[in-house]
Amino acid sequence: MVTFEYAPAPESRSVVDIASSYGLFIGGEFVESDGGTPFKTVNPATEEVLSEVADATEQDVDAAVRAARTAYSRVWSRMSGTDRGKYLYRIARILQERAREFAVLETLDNGKPIRESRDVDIPLVAAHFFYHGGWADKLDHAALGDNPRPLGVVGQVIPWNFPLLMLAWKVAPALACGNTVVLKPAETTPLTALLFAEVCQQAELPPGVVNIVTGAGATGQAIVDHPGIDKLAFTGSTAVGKMIARSIAGTRKKATLELGGKAANIVFDDAPIDQAVEGIVDGIFFNQGHVCCAGSRILVQENIAEELDHRLKRRLQTLRVGDPMDKNTDVGAINSRTQLERIEEMVKVGESEGATRWDSGCDLPANGFWFRPTVFSNVSQSHRIAQEEIFGPVVSVLTFRTPGEAVAKANNTPYGLSAGIWTEKGSRILWMADQLRAGVVWANTFNKFDPTSPFGGYKESGYGREGGRHGLEAYVRTGADD
Amino acid sequence: MSTATDADATTRARDILGVSRLSNSALTTWLHGLPGVDQVGCEARAAALSTRSIKKDSKAWAIDTAISMIDLTTLEGADTPGKVRGLAARALVPDPSDPTTPRPAAVCVYGDMVPFAQEVLGESSVKVAAVATAFPSGRASRAVKLADTRDAVANGADEIDMVIDRGAFLAGDYLTVFDEIAETKAACGQARLKVIMETGELVTYDNARRASWLSMLAGADFIKTSTGKISPAATLPVTLVMLEAVRDWRGLTGDQVGVKPAGGIRTSKDAIKYLVTVNEVAGEEWLDNHWFRFGASSLLNDLILQRQKLATGAYSGGDYVADDAPSGY
Repeated sequence: MVTFEYAPAPESRSVVDIASSYGLFIGGEFVESDGGTPFKTVNPATEEVLSEVADATEQDVDAAVRAARTAYSRVWSRMSGTDRGKYLYRIARILQERAREFAVLETLDNGKPIRESRDVDIPLVAAHFFYHGGWADKLDHAALGDNPRPLGVVGQVIPWNFPLLMLAWKVAPALACGNTVVLKPAETTPLTALLFAEVCQQAELPPGVVNIVTGAGATGQAIVDHPGIDKLAFTGSTAVGKMIARSIAGTRKKATLELGGKAANIVFDDAPIDQAVEGIVDGIFFNQGHVCCAGSRILVQENIAEELDHRLKRRLQTLRVGDPMDKNTDVGAINSRTQLERIEEMVKVGESEGATRWDSGCDLPANGFWFRPTVFSNVSQSHRIAQEEIFGPVVSVLTFRTPGEAVAKANNTPYGLSAGIWTEKGSRILWMADQLRAGVVWANTFNKFDPTSPFGGYKESGYGREGGRHGLEAYVRTGADD
Repeated sequence: MSTATDADATTRARDILGVSRLSNSALTTWLHGLPGVDQVGCEARAAALSTRSIKKDSKAWAIDTAISMIDLTTLEGADTPGKVRGLAARALVPDPSDPTTPRPAAVCVYGDMVPFAQEVLGESSVKVAAVATAFPSGRASRAVKLADTRDAVANGADEIDMVIDRGAFLAGDYLTVFDEIAETKAACGQARLKVIMETGELVTYDNARRASWLSMLAGADFIKTSTGKISPAATLPVTLVMLEAVRDWRGLTGDQVGVKPAGGIRTSKDAIKYLVTVNEVAGEEWLDNHWFRFGASSLLNDLILQRQKLATGAYSGGDYVADDAPSGY
């Protein structure tokens, strides 16, 4: 019998109104798809159907691109940066006012805990729009080059792990720089993007500046292939990123790709050990591990490996896994059956490779897609679970002996998105950060994001940066570029 | 370890450190070898634990538990027998309108006021704790501080809340701090010893961690944050560091030591955040007033108010919470 039970603390669903079906948002209006078969989106915590959304066809994508082009040439590219900024501020304010509605909807559609959507996702979404509203009239001072001006129409394809936040990371800089947008949310998480379309209407954003076309892989490919797209921005798996790069090779389209990762979270023997354990938990169990920059490999100095193992497993016993709508839930549902199957398969691989599997043993709900926080120890660099992205609440623990070995192991991966360093020794932080081939390095912390801080990877984690001054570069052309 | 001599403490400490002589240098190596505390990370964990939503049955349990953990305190120069008797009477009947209300764990007074508290509390379950060792500053000779302790014990104190010598600690003279705690513990007889570290003067979480371990090594039954006489007093992050210390101490030695945050905890919401932190950091074995206390006075009023609200469905107000010191100490 537990001494201190936390009674259920459910957030109310009543703040959000989900329609039974949605059309496509093209030219400032919701319109029916031209022949596509609608598909359902479910709540992954319960498998309840939330709504039906359209599967945009090539014709729909064409209509969206034409609407974006018209809005670009007639309105948006002629508008001053100051005025563009006003629309971005207006959108940011409305998102803040409707924050609870968006947080609830995000949790229902994605499966992440309400505490995360409320305290992390939605505040960052608003922050991105505020931040980029401030850049819209200052592009000449962003050291981007001579005469920075928009590219035109950008096609954006975003993933399911942070649906609205990934939308914000794409739409805000694109609009700030004067581009118009055709965006496809992920097929399992379309709803906050569709609610965002309502915010565009509420902000009286000129029709066609933002267009939302829902759909799956084929819709994404239609956007990638459309000749009217000047630039592509994609966040998702490395495999799809490579397909996109192949598709646009030889065309004039520019692209930025933010792909997968297998980040090393490196714990030295002089780490602030209690906070390092928290950093590990934040690194791999935040958002159920559905994070491209997740700290999915722990590299622990061998002389404290046992100590860390003991403390980590003790800490994982207090992680609350369950109903994402409960305010006390720490770990929510896996986003889809497909993803759950992927995680289960990789965990089987890990066991067959000889790593030692442990999980927290917590109860799981009967319906929905769930996976217990899992730790693999005695992992070697050549295990698949140390090389391949699992994208779930599963961490692989490896050891190292010296700082040089830690760097070598951390870098020995095709990916290069992020890394974490845990040590009290400042000089070592600087030394390691200089040597790690990762676009984002965290010291004594993890998974910290800010619109001012450029995010992106090395190697197969993609190219280009999002956020900050650097993130504007991909959305403008300069000088004599045509 | 209720009648330990300070020689026993030294022997035990030598054993735990693995040294033949308990020198200041041995203590320094041991204490400075403890893992550091990252301030940002520690405060972030405390903030995250503060977002727990505790409602309905669990809130009712938490309120009652918090009341039972209070050391109801008056430490004024102007304390009189009347004041102290009034406080003790309040501890016996915290809410005259509701006899199901639990009693605080103890009252906490200056050593010379102990007899007046004991007159009222006598045979009841409510303990009498006395501050001692030249509280709050601790700036007096060893002989004076020990005499202060013996007087309080002779007056009938069940518990002694001592202060460490912060000057010695900050100057790196850990052996002096150790010896004082061990000798005070020996002077306590059967009384339980709480060691006040005055974390507000130690400032860093690293110091709070070291002082916690030093106090436990020397025989503390409880480690306590503050005298309540300076600011900052208790904070959630520093209490979190102390809860980690008692957790790890038990892991190392098998002994359980209590934790008492004191000063600045005014609302039920605050108290519940502390209980969540105890639960998730040290563990449920500490969710009992033998192992966790709140050093507070006005906190009891807010807990009673919240308790009445849960029972009746409406907030009453200050007039419905019988308060012996309505000026609010």
